[in-house]
Amino acid sequence: MSTGALLMMIITQGVFVLVTGYFFYRVLVSKPKEEPDSFSENDDVPR
Amino acid sequence: MAKAEAAGWGSRVGLILAMAGNAVGLGNFLRFPVQAVENGGGAFIIPYLVCFLLMGIPLLFIEWSVGRFGGRGGNHSTPFILDSMDKRKFWKYIGVFGIFTNIAVAAYYCYLESWTLSYVYHSVVDTFSGSTQAQVAGHFNNYVGLNSMEPIIFWILCLLLNTWILSRGLSGGVEKAAKIGMPLLLIFGAFLAYKSITISAGENGAIFDGLAGLDFLWTPKFDTIWEPKVWLAAAGQIFFTLSIGMGSIQCYASYIRSKDDVALNAMSAGWMNGFVEVVLGSSVIIPIAIGYFGIDGLKELLSQGGGLGLGFKTLPYLFEQWGGILGLVAGVAWFGLLFFAGVTSSLAMGTPVMGFLQDEFNWKQTTSAWMFGAVVFVLGLPTVLFFGYGVFDEYDFWAGTVSLVIFAFVETVLFAWIFGINRGWKEITDGADIKVPVIFKFIIKFVTPVLLGWVLINSIPGIWDTLSHKASNEKIEYYHDKDAIQKSFVEQDSLLRLKEDFKPEYLEDSYTDKELDANREVSISTYFLLKKQKQTMSLLNDSEQADKLVKEETKTKLFKNLSRALLLGIWLLIAYFVYVAYKKRLKEGRN
Repeated sequence: MSTGALLMMIITQGVFVLVTGYFFYRVLVSKPKEEPDSFSENDDVPR
Repeated sequence: MAKAEAAGWGSRVGLILAMAGNAVGLGNFLRFPVQAVENGGGAFIIPYLVCFLLMGIPLLFIEWSVGRFGGRGGNHSTPFILDSMDKRKFWKYIGVFGIFTNIAVAAYYCYLESWTLSYVYHSVVDTFSGSTQAQVAGHFNNYVGLNSMEPIIFWILCLLLNTWILSRGLSGGVEKAAKIGMPLLLIFGAFLAYKSITISAGENGAIFDGLAGLDFLWTPKFDTIWEPKVWLAAAGQIFFTLSIGMGSIQCYASYIRSKDDVALNAMSAGWMNGFVEVVLGSSVIIPIAIGYFGIDGLKELLSQGGGLGLGFKTLPYLFEQWGGILGLVAGVAWFGLLFFAGVTSSLAMGTPVMGFLQDEFNWKQTTSAWMFGAVVFVLGLPTVLFFGYGVFDEYDFWAGTVSLVIFAFVETVLFAWIFGINRGWKEITDGADIKVPVIFKFIIKFVTPVLLGWVLINSIPGIWDTLSHKASNEKIEYYHDKDAIQKSFVEQDSLLRLKEDFKPEYLEDSYTDKELDANREVSISTYFLLKKQKQTMSLLNDSEQADKLVKEETKTKLFKNLSRALLLGIWLLIAYFVYVAYKKRLKEGRN
């Protein structure tokens, strides 16, 4: 591969991998809101 | 309480996977790489990223927050979500687009999805074993030409599957499908990307390394980024890849409570779609095609049917070259990946329709799902039966392209200028788990509407050309012009004689199409040229052939006009139901 193509690919794909990973990580570590929230799987009492 | 309010998401990750699944479609693997190679290679990513930041992300913020806002008032489809944003009465009829698009796109998209299911089956039973490239391409042509009942059976199976999942509700159906489909899609995509980029010249019939494909796709041609068509292609790609302007994002988001986040969710789902497209989508079809056919071969194949043609007519043959179990696994992975990408998108198309029926007419979840399935069956039937007459493409153009742009533009103006950017900004940032850069307030108010307006204005010539049947008229004119046919004959002949695998005997009458299809010495690009040349020869030698083709093209125009009338009729019918629902609301004191 030419240097230009390699650089373009690594930078672009790197940005997408890192940003996607960062946002998904933030979703996983965000504290759930107080009940009742929008999601049923974390309910103490099933809906 | 409206019945749709009782529905909801099981988990936040499930919601994000469902939203990402809605966005990830066949276009991530078949459209993006082709757009990139045709619009500047690696340099295409610059307008692509700019459009993502200035149009894609703002529209994701708008649609997620508008959906959550609408859900607060018990509205789960765009007619009454938009209606709740301003006191003027006409907005609900703009919102009709958010139901119409989903029904009309699902009508042809489910057929496309059923092809993938059928090809998974054919990969498992090894249908393509020992076939030539032409025979594999011929299988597809026979399939869409309805030479057997198989396409109809797989289409109905696909519709039933979609309807059944939808009837299980959001958390019990759509979310579960996304939780299974998305991880499998990522695994299949990663496997195929690895196999494609590690193709070695000289092994299994490959003539180039897979890396040559990546080199071709990613080499930046920076001079192209000043061309408006490249920017338009990038804006179009962002539009279609994110499923914005459809009404499905608003519907999914309408089941989120006010205090819950939309900003981080929107970013996570939007970037996940980008990851699938830019990292996986760019690493499959182009490296494989270039590995086996080289750059010229790829260009010839793309001119014969774009990414879709490459995916269905060529890749099954190339997987066969990998041999035995590996070829089978690759076929299942490729068509399985496309199936999961498709089904998670078509499910999203069902929910706004179901939300509307449940909210306005108190229909049950199961009944509304089956009603959606029935409508998609009736509306999709012409795309299956008359595929060859351009009905499928007509649906795609009007519902899957024009409607999206119109709706997204009007919705952005409503959000930023009528609902008001200050109220809108509050909707975006309320409950947000990330700090949204304040620059987006300016972008949403000024930049995004201008960019969308520019896309809309630039679409007008294409809309006019389609409306006036420009392509069909040009073909008819050509069939009547002996000089033009003679000129094509000479051009094709000189191109053919440059091909190393060409022999003059292939063009003789005694050499049948069947023999040509079975000839292993003829490459696919030469094969397509030979087919073209044979057609040109028959136009020159057979005086009735031109009349026959003109008749076919005239029939195509008629079918296209009928499709337009049908789509317009559907739009008006939905608008009528919205009017009935509005009257019902007034009567019940709900408005």
